[in-house]
Amino acid sequence: MSLDLATTRRIAKLARIGLEEHELEATRQKLNGILGWIDQLAEVDVEGVPPMVGTETETLRQREDKVTDGNCRDALLACAPETSGPFYTVPKVVE
Amino acid sequence: MSYVIEGKTGPWEIVVGLEVHAQVISQSKLFSGASTKFGGDPNTQVSLVDAAFPGMLPVINKECVAQAIRTGLGLNAQINLFSRFDRKNYFYADLPQGYQISQFEHPIIGKGSIEIELQSGETRQIGITRLHLEQDAGKLLHDQDPTKSFVDLNRASVALMEIVSEPDIREPEEAGAYLRKLRQILRYLGTCDGNMEEGSMRADVNVSVRKAGEPFRTRCEIKNVNSIRFVMQAIEVEATRQIEIWENGGEVDQETRLFDPGRGETRTMRSKEDAHDYRYFPDPDLLPLVVEQAWVDELKSKLPELPDAKRARFQKDYGIPSYDAGVLVAEQAVADFYETVAKRRDGKLAASWVIGDLFAALNRTSNTIETSPVSAASLGKMLDLIADGTINGKIAKEVFEDMVETGDSPDAIVERKGLRQVTDTGVIDAAIAAILEKHADKVAEYRGGKDKLFGFFVGQVMKETKGKANPALVNSALKAQLDG
Repeated sequence: MSLDLATTRRIAKLARIGLEEHELEATRQKLNGILGWIDQLAEVDVEGVPPMVGTETETLRQREDKVTDGNCRDALLACAPETSGPFYTVPKVVE
Repeated sequence: MSYVIEGKTGPWEIVVGLEVHAQVISQSKLFSGASTKFGGDPNTQVSLVDAAFPGMLPVINKECVAQAIRTGLGLNAQINLFSRFDRKNYFYADLPQGYQISQFEHPIIGKGSIEIELQSGETRQIGITRLHLEQDAGKLLHDQDPTKSFVDLNRASVALMEIVSEPDIREPEEAGAYLRKLRQILRYLGTCDGNMEEGSMRADVNVSVRKAGEPFRTRCEIKNVNSIRFVMQAIEVEATRQIEIWENGGEVDQETRLFDPGRGETRTMRSKEDAHDYRYFPDPDLLPLVVEQAWVDELKSKLPELPDAKRARFQKDYGIPSYDAGVLVAEQAVADFYETVAKRRDGKLAASWVIGDLFAALNRTSNTIETSPVSAASLGKMLDLIADGTINGKIAKEVFEDMVETGDSPDAIVERKGLRQVTDTGVIDAAIAAILEKHADKVAEYRGGKDKLFGFFVGQVMKETKGKANPALVNSALKAQLDG
């Protein structure tokens, strides 16, 4: 698999990474390097083998439906770059 | 039969599919132990998991899984014992993780169906494609500050069921009927409160148009429509817009749009331009969700009776018509009320009192069935008083109004007001004699062949006895005296 410049630009945009035009080619090559390395996996024949989603053989652990958490607004907001009263604030995003 | 929109080039058919987001009823969130209660102080019902702090891991709420399975069973759908969670990646200020945990490839519920009934009485099956579990986003407030949006994460990570229909809907009325039926089933199951105003049920509407017999054309998705009426309006408005584009030689773009009910139009949602590139992948924080068939069976055995089954049973057990049964099962609380009144009594009479007098009284006094001033037990007792001849049907109306006003029991009212039906033939005969004497002229007319005057005499005798005489006894005694 090999990326072209347009795809590189699109991936950067989806990931909200601001890339200058002159950085695109270098980024493309780096990503292709990674993809090429990962592509080695394609050498393994996995025909008929179900996808493995984890190394544990156990299934998903489930909790009881009880309220055990929350009520820590001050601690949460203390980590935020910007707040106002009980809210986080962000630059206005309106439809 | 079918609904079409007339364009310049002839009739167009509409094709609609609905994606409904239904908030799961649970105490705590899908992946954290924070409370789901509606209307809490901003950001007080948020855990470090919900706020996506580094290293926090989601742990699934078993009850939310049970709720999804119950809903699947209620939709006659396939329950997938193996399902999995995926990350749906996008950036938005209401989504701290930068991705939504959802189910993409392996949803917990597969194909099912809902039977809807149209105003004509005709029924149709609307297919369900799937139902999956996912987490809700937070809430943004845009009107608090000129340059900032405020973020409240109380709703973030509350469990949602996304219920996707097949593109089987062919007219706005069907979309309305589908949503009402779905909401009714969810409420019966107790898996979602179906409250569209509070946003616990929201619909995305997929609309396309085509000429009869054609394959599907490009569809547009109208996001987050928050009432059944608006869904029906949005379909019509959007279909009309698309027809105009096709007829002018244009191409409809597949895009996400918003419905503006004030202007009666849909418009494109620019922020969602790239939104369809979600780069889904299996969430490495969550193992596959595997449920046992035995658990599914147990949940199934405890399901409440659902509206269709209840309606059929009401018709059969209480001998009431399909329409009345439909009205009575529309809400579970009404159905329960009716059943308490009707059990071991005259089911038809009970239906007419509940649908007629009781609904009118609730309406007039701005009450709901839950706050009804007349309990089901009292209304039942009143029917007993009619049945055993203590009061007649006419007096019953008076007793009922008193019950609405005072909340007293019907026997107490009958005693207090002295409304006991007069069955003493001596009293009735005396009243008849007085009336016949007073209206000797009418008696002559009647005997001269003016049969219609019989009703007049009945009315006068009832008036004389203050409405309390047993009407059957009055009829027979009057007949005997007039004709005799």
